[in-house]
Amino acid sequence: MEKTPVLSVQNLNVKFSLRGKVLHAIRDVSLDLYRGETLAIVGESGSGKSVLTKTFMGLMDTNGWIDSGSIFYNGKDLAQYKTEKEWLTIRGKEIAMVLQDPMTSLNPLKTIGAQIEEALKLHQNLVGAEAHKRMIETLVDVGITDPERRAKQYPHEFSGGMRQRVVIAIAIACKPKILICDEPTTALDVTIQAQILHLIRDLVRKYDLTTVYITHDLGVVANVADRVAVMYAGDIIEIGTSREVFYEACHPYTWALLSSLPQLGVKGEDLFSIKGTPPNLYLEIKGDAFAPRNPHALKIDFEERPPFFEVTPTHKARTWLLDPRAPKVEPPAVLRRLQKGDKIV
Amino acid sequence: MAKYLLKRIGQSIFTLAIILSLVFVMVRQMPIDGYFDNIDKLTPAVIEATLDKLGLNDPMLVQLKDFFLNLLKGDLGVSARYSKDVPIIEIVANKAPVSLTLGLIAMAVSLVLGIPLGAAMARSKNKFWDKFGTLFIVLINAVPSAVYYIYIQSYGSTLLGVSMLFERDNWVTWILPIFSLSLGNIAYYAMWLRRYMVDELNKDYVRLARAKGVDTKKITMRHVFRNAFVPMIQYIPTSLLYTVGGSIYVESLYSIPGMGGLLVDVITKQDNPMVQAIVMIYSCIGIVGMLLGDLLMAVIDPRISLTKKEGAR
Repeated sequence: MEKTPVLSVQNLNVKFSLRGKVLHAIRDVSLDLYRGETLAIVGESGSGKSVLTKTFMGLMDTNGWIDSGSIFYNGKDLAQYKTEKEWLTIRGKEIAMVLQDPMTSLNPLKTIGAQIEEALKLHQNLVGAEAHKRMIETLVDVGITDPERRAKQYPHEFSGGMRQRVVIAIAIACKPKILICDEPTTALDVTIQAQILHLIRDLVRKYDLTTVYITHDLGVVANVADRVAVMYAGDIIEIGTSREVFYEACHPYTWALLSSLPQLGVKGEDLFSIKGTPPNLYLEIKGDAFAPRNPHALKIDFEERPPFFEVTPTHKARTWLLDPRAPKVEPPAVLRRLQKGDKIV
Repeated sequence: MAKYLLKRIGQSIFTLAIILSLVFVMVRQMPIDGYFDNIDKLTPAVIEATLDKLGLNDPMLVQLKDFFLNLLKGDLGVSARYSKDVPIIEIVANKAPVSLTLGLIAMAVSLVLGIPLGAAMARSKNKFWDKFGTLFIVLINAVPSAVYYIYIQSYGSTLLGVSMLFERDNWVTWILPIFSLSLGNIAYYAMWLRRYMVDELNKDYVRLARAKGVDTKKITMRHVFRNAFVPMIQYIPTSLLYTVGGSIYVESLYSIPGMGGLLVDVITKQDNPMVQAIVMIYSCIGIVGMLLGDLLMAVIDPRISLTKKEGAR
C-alpha cells in the first residue's frame, strides 16, 4: 500500500453551540488517511465519529464550526472553506457519503435513475444518453439486476438492501476518491449486511476508493478495515492496523470496548459493560477523558492529557500506561481469547 | 391509474347521492310557508290541494325518486317565492358565474402569493421573511375576518378612488373583494407549506442530496418543495369551496350579485326549493374539490398506489 495521505487532518477542534452553551465535539484530532486504505472509526454514540467525517464534506449542522486546525485534501485546506460554492467542488465529486438508513435517504418522489443522473449531471456534466449509460453501468456495478427497468422505479419499490445499493450507486457514480460510509449496515438485517459489506469491498477495489467506515459494530470492523481508529469523547485515543487494535490493544478504553464484545461473554454470566458514563463535553476535559471510568487510571491521568505513545510505526495510543515510568498493567484476561485467534464474527 | 380513477369517481358519486338525499329529506322537514304567498288567508283545503299538486304529500321515497329522476334530466325544479315559478337553473346560472369567477381569481391570487411566502419562510427560518410571514398569519387568523373586510373596504375604496360597491363592468371594483377573499387562503397556504417544508428539510434524503453535491437552492426547489407539496395539494381544490362559501359576507358587503347573497336571500324568504338547490351546488363543489385533490396527489406522488388496498401514505 502506498503511504501517501490523501486526506490529512491536523489538530482539528470542532465546537457546537447548543442552548447557549458551547460543546467541544472534536478535541484536537489529527489523522492521516492513506490512499486505497479502509479506515474504520469506532466508538460509542456521541464520541464524535460522525461529526469528524462530516467536517470533511462541510456537512456539519449550522450550529457547529471548526474552531481550529486544518483538513488538507489535494493541497487545499478544507477547514478554511466557508461558502457552499467551495464545498460543492468536494461533495459527491471528491468525497462521497453513504448514509445509515436507506429507507429514508432517497427522495421518494424521484425515480432512482433520476437520482443517480442528478449527481452525474452535477459533477461530470453528463446529460441525456451519456448520463443514462453511465447510470445503468453504475446500477450494474452495485449488483442491481434488470437495471433498465429498475432505473424507472421509485424508491418505495425497492427493499432496504436494494435501496442501500442505490445509495451506494449514487455515491460512486461520479468516481469519488474517498467514500465515507456512515454506519452503512446498521439499519439492515443481518443477511443483507454481509452482502452490502462485500459489495462495498468489491467496489473499493474496482473504483480504487479510499474508504472511511463509521461504525460501532466491531464485527464489521474486523471484516473490512485495514486500520482502526478508536474515538472517545471527541478524541482518537488509539489507532493502528486492524490486527494491532484487536490483538495488541494498549488503551484501557479499547480493552473495555473489546471486552464488551458479546462473543467474549461466558454463557450464564452477565456481559461485560463499561461502568459510568462518557464525560460531559460542555465542560473542558482535564487529563485523560476516560480516566474517571478507568480502573487502571493513574494520578497523572486526571491531570495531564496523555500524548500519543508510538507502539509500532503504525500503532499509537494515548495513554500514560505506555510511559516507561508507568506501572505494568496487563490487558484483561478475557481479551486473550481474541489472541488465540478466535474468529471475531 | 384508470381503474383507481373510476373507483374514486364512483365513490364520489355515491357520496354525493347520500348528501343529496340527506339535504332533500332535511329540507322537507322545513315549514311549508315558503310555498305560498300568504298562507294565513288560504283554507286548509286549498293548501292541501297545492301541496298535492307540488307532490309534497307523496311518501318520502316517491318524492326522492322523482327528485333524482328530474335531477338526471337537469331539472332542479322551480323557485317557490324568490321569483315565483322561474326554473332554479336559470336563476343560479345568472348568479353563479360572478361568485365562481371571484372565487377562482381569489384562489389563484392566494396560490401565487401564499406558496412563495411559505417557501420563503421555510428557507429563511427565524429570519426576516419567516418573522414577517408569521406576523401576517397570526394576524389573519386572530382577527375576525369581518373586521379586516370592513377595513379593506373603507380604506381600500378611498385608496383606489372607487365606489364601495361592486360593479361587474368596472374591473377596479373587483380588486378589493378578491383581495379580501384571498387573504385567508394566503395565510393558510403559507403556514402549511412552511411547516411541511421545514419537516422535509430535516429528512435524510436532504442530507444525502447535500452530500451528493446539490446546492441548497436546488435542494429546496427540486427535492423539498415537491415533497412538501404532496400533503398540501390535496386541500387546494377543496379550498375553492371555502372561498366560494366564505364569500357570503364579502358579497353582501360589496353588494355582489352572487350565490352567497342569493343563499341568504332565499333562506330569509323560506324558498325551500332554492335553498335545497344552492346547498346541493355547494356540496358538488366540495365533492369535486376533494376528488380533484386526491387525483392531483396521486399524480405527483408515485407511492400512492391506486390499485392496492392500503396506500403507502
